[in-house]
Amino acid sequence: MKPSPFAYAKPADLAEALRLKADHGDDGTFIAGGQSLVATLNMRLSSPEILIDIGGVAELSGIEVSDGQVRIGALTRHRDLEDSAQIQTHAPLIAEAITQVAHPAIRNRGTIGGSIAFADPAAELPACILALDGAIEIAGADGRRKVAAGDFFKGLYETDLGAGEMITAVEFAADSDDWRTGFDELARRHGDYAMAGLAARLRMDGEAVAEARLVYFAVGDKPMLAAGAGGELTGNSLSPETIEAAAASLDNDLEPFDDLHSSAAMKLHLARELTRRVLTQIAGGAP
Amino acid sequence: MSNRITITAQVNGEKVTRDVEPRQSLVDFLREELELTGSHVGCEHGVCGACTVRLNGEIVRGCLTLAVQADGTEVETVEGLSESGEIADLQDAFLRLNAIQCGFCSPGMLITAAELLDRNPAPDRTQIREFIAGNYCRCTGYQTIVDAIETVAKERRDS
Amino acid sequence: MSDLKSNPVVTIHDRPNSYIGRSVPRPNAKRLLHGRGNFTDDVRLPRMLHSAFLRSPHAHAEIVSIDTSKAEAAPGVIAVVTGKDVAEICEPYVGVLTHLQGMRSPPQYPLAMDRARWQGEPVAAVAAETRAQAEDALELIGIEYSELPAVTDMEAALEADAPRIWDEYDSNLCWERLVDEGDVETALANSAYVAEAEFDFGRHTGVTLEPRSIIADYNSGEGRLTVHHSTQGPHMMQAIIAKAFQLEEHNVRIIAGDVGGAFGIKIHTYGDELACVALSMLLKRPVKFIADRLESFTADIHARDHIIRGRMGVDADGKITAIDYDDITGIGPFSMYPRSSGIEINQVLNLTAGWYDIENYRARGRVVFLNKAMMCQYRAVGHPIAMALGEGLAELAAAGIGMDPLEFRRKNLVPDDAYPCKSVTGMPFEKLSHHATLEKLAAMMDYDGVRAEQAKLRENGIHRGIGFSSMIEVTSPSAMFYGVGGAPISAQDGCTLRLDAKGNVFCAISVTEQGQGAEAIVGQIVATALGVSQDRVRVITGDTDNVPYGGGTWASRGTGIAGEAAVQAGHALRSQILEVAGKMLQAEPDTLDIRDNQVVDAANGAQRLDLAEIGRVAYYRADTLPPDFQAELSATRHFVPKAFPFAFTNGMHASYVEVDERTGIVTPLKHWVVEDCGTVINPMLVDEQVRGGVVQGIGGALYEECLYSDEGQLTNGNMADYLVPMAAEMPDIEVGHLESPMGESELGAKGAGEAGTGGAPAAIMNAVNDALRPLGGQITQHPMTPERVLRALGKL
Repeated sequence: MKPSPFAYAKPADLAEALRLKADHGDDGTFIAGGQSLVATLNMRLSSPEILIDIGGVAELSGIEVSDGQVRIGALTRHRDLEDSAQIQTHAPLIAEAITQVAHPAIRNRGTIGGSIAFADPAAELPACILALDGAIEIAGADGRRKVAAGDFFKGLYETDLGAGEMITAVEFAADSDDWRTGFDELARRHGDYAMAGLAARLRMDGEAVAEARLVYFAVGDKPMLAAGAGGELTGNSLSPETIEAAAASLDNDLEPFDDLHSSAAMKLHLARELTRRVLTQIAGGAP
Repeated sequence: MSNRITITAQVNGEKVTRDVEPRQSLVDFLREELELTGSHVGCEHGVCGACTVRLNGEIVRGCLTLAVQADGTEVETVEGLSESGEIADLQDAFLRLNAIQCGFCSPGMLITAAELLDRNPAPDRTQIREFIAGNYCRCTGYQTIVDAIETVAKERRDS
Repeated sequence: MSDLKSNPVVTIHDRPNSYIGRSVPRPNAKRLLHGRGNFTDDVRLPRMLHSAFLRSPHAHAEIVSIDTSKAEAAPGVIAVVTGKDVAEICEPYVGVLTHLQGMRSPPQYPLAMDRARWQGEPVAAVAAETRAQAEDALELIGIEYSELPAVTDMEAALEADAPRIWDEYDSNLCWERLVDEGDVETALANSAYVAEAEFDFGRHTGVTLEPRSIIADYNSGEGRLTVHHSTQGPHMMQAIIAKAFQLEEHNVRIIAGDVGGAFGIKIHTYGDELACVALSMLLKRPVKFIADRLESFTADIHARDHIIRGRMGVDADGKITAIDYDDITGIGPFSMYPRSSGIEINQVLNLTAGWYDIENYRARGRVVFLNKAMMCQYRAVGHPIAMALGEGLAELAAAGIGMDPLEFRRKNLVPDDAYPCKSVTGMPFEKLSHHATLEKLAAMMDYDGVRAEQAKLRENGIHRGIGFSSMIEVTSPSAMFYGVGGAPISAQDGCTLRLDAKGNVFCAISVTEQGQGAEAIVGQIVATALGVSQDRVRVITGDTDNVPYGGGTWASRGTGIAGEAAVQAGHALRSQILEVAGKMLQAEPDTLDIRDNQVVDAANGAQRLDLAEIGRVAYYRADTLPPDFQAELSATRHFVPKAFPFAFTNGMHASYVEVDERTGIVTPLKHWVVEDCGTVINPMLVDEQVRGGVVQGIGGALYEECLYSDEGQLTNGNMADYLVPMAAEMPDIEVGHLESPMGESELGAKGAGEAGTGGAPAAIMNAVNDALRPLGGQITQHPMTPERVLRALGKL
């Protein structure tokens, strides 16, 4: 399983990277960690003429927290997120999710930018960014723009990234004290893509839920923010009744399809079960 | 069309300069170009772990890393870690406790175990199992591998 | 039988400083841990080329035309060949065993000829300077196919109007066998309860971590072919390749170096491997083929695709009255050569419920051609199915009459004093220990304690299950297994020993090493028989130029057969050494012994001569020996079992699982196995063979399945979608031993390599059903995926 031949360039900075991509158009592909891309190249599922390695673009690195905003450079590796005290403190949802992403050797190379750009519907980080109501910063020939996560993930492996564009950073507000988070996924084996997963954030106002962001993954063509289920919780306290109502309403929010390992009915069933587990855990009960 | 690229890397402490095809994977480079055949190819899509090597001190999949991406880096393979003695206690425990059968997964397993113990010197059995969950072994039942890693962790803590 | 001329009371079981039963580490494992293995892909030969194969994307299609011109002109390409090119120098082969009466299969060529008959069948091959260049060239080969209807459902394939894969046959049936003993109908009619179920076993495959690997090196200068091959049977491959390419066998050398796992996958004859040999013969250069992971999924053999409808009757006391079942298995479009794709179902028919005392037994087995990957022997061949069928029905029957499953076994297992005896299907048993095994297992697992824990947790809505599988296992087969059916597969093995000039021992043995420890076991046996330390013994395997003629490693035969040859050769060399020592010391050989690398006085252990002295004198100072005496320090002995067609072993598994009734996820918590494989040479090695086998069995029970579309496309042929067991989900596995020795050999060892795989799926299925029973669910389909468990519970 050797890839088709390709050329290779390693730009020194962002401008050069974008220029190379503009020059080659669809024949050029960015490579960062390569943990998804190289596998597809080895299987000859894609055959670019040139790989543009953005691994040396310094400005794409780094985790910064300032003024209550977290900014994660696109080249930040999963391993960096796992080891980051800042993420632990300001984005506990990501800290919890990141240990479920593949395996250590993959996490040592894979990047958040790569995960967001690839947008596998069963991936953890896109769901987390959506649950965090984050924004994706994109650079292109025309300059930079930001897209809300809800508008970024459009369909199956389909994002708002245009031709010649690259993700430069992901931003979201750091969790204030009133946010509670919970994360769980059900997979056949540790590290596998999930059969169903839930990244949940609730903003509490005393005992009541002021805002609920329940993002399900692996149950559709992209991460799904379940507005109906969230609506069942808003204004209410977390009780077995409200949790059950949220779980039941998922029939309206989610439209899963069959995949190799789980039917649509199975995915919906698991999504409801995850709702119970994660919300019960957030409420302080046994998971 | 695929012009060769000159790379320079420290491989097992030795400076190496070669011209490589961009499409050549790191593990193929190590095996074919440098004849370091201790790292193995099992799936070429990053799942089985047989190709696991160290890049700048961290474990990576040799099949998902391009040789060109190793330019300017330090690469360590099982051969280097054996010669330096860094994994000698792990190798000894694997041998004593029969944590090896055919040996094809073993280099990747050893390098992964070494990283686990670097990050967590006192892992419980569940943590060990989860850390090596990306290394496929078809021969053993994984149990003696877990036993060997657990034993070395304890021996290192006691010494 | 044994060569005990000089000292009649010495047997392998009474040697001082014996290695029999000792858990010593394997001498050849250290270099593997250092990354200094010698796997076939590690071998480089001068001017070696690399081959790649273009494989049919269709399950069934006419090959209308092939245009190789662009590929031939591609960079680095030396040759492109198709079926016709290879057929010119390679004889076709037929995967039929004559003793499986009525079996039929057409001749098969290495590459497809007029039609492609499974997705993945090799159609064309490229030899190029690098593998990458060969793959580039594959994309330039133009093949026009005309698709044909694909036969993919084994039951539909037998219907009258089903499309036929073979025009020359009247149906898609490859073979049928019927068994009918006693009077099943009457026995079932008179039963107090009849358990009935349909069992479905998912097709799965071996996924050896080292893929199939071969380097063929034809030296036209001497007309000799050397093949580096990751194979289990070097002599078998020598015979097959010689025949296929019309070479004399002594001009074909097979070298099996380190083998990265085999499990039966590497005991078969593959068209792509033969095509690689053909390329070398045509190009007169070494040609390497390493199957990559994606092609392995459709090119390696698959196994265990069965649908079985079965019934088991019991009387009011819980005694089994009868068993009755119909088994269909869907194989590939050919029966595999040389072992045939009928042996798996044949084992099911021969072995099911053979651990029970049953008089009424009826079964039908049908083997059906399909347009899917070829199917053949894979670790524990047929046993996982036989155990799951027999033990699945047994626990359903026990539950049906409200009897504890262990009590049910106590009532029905063949008594330990009943031997020798035969099963109702004619399988002869020399000596087994089902009841002692059961009691040992029950104690080991604290059965009462686990039951109590299960009951307590159930009150809190946690559903755990306990399941068992008794089992019998075929090991160390005699020539009745393959030789009698015409296959060039040897049932005997040989061991050559030689004392060298420094008193060390060279040992060549005809079985092969795949990680199970064959080299170590043989070394332990030789060291014990001679009286030397293990580090003085060098064992070589795998090279047909350098080892005695033998059968290789499969069907758990290495220890039982080659081990016995090593025992006898050890005794023989010991006699020779003592004869030389006797001359040197002017003593009677039978007053001497060898202990701890020294010739000693047998009576009191006083050291007389170092073995190095024997070597020195025999090889360099023969002038000091009597003029009429020629020192011989080399002995070869062979062994083949004859008294019984198989050395049956027995064992019992217990599985303790937790079923999450809300997600369907089954978590194996703990697994126990008690195994009686006769004399145990190295408990540590046997234990890990059992554990590895259990994990493979868990794979088939919970995870592994080749998912085919109706059109015969394998949809999950990669490591992300085909789920093999990984460390995080596996339980700890406790192994215990009993020893009922094989009588025919002095060593008394039977085989142990496959028992873990044979019994684990049955035990896990029974445990899952034990957990589901109070919830009203039942599942008899493998793998027991979360979705299938939820459906069994009526939750989906």
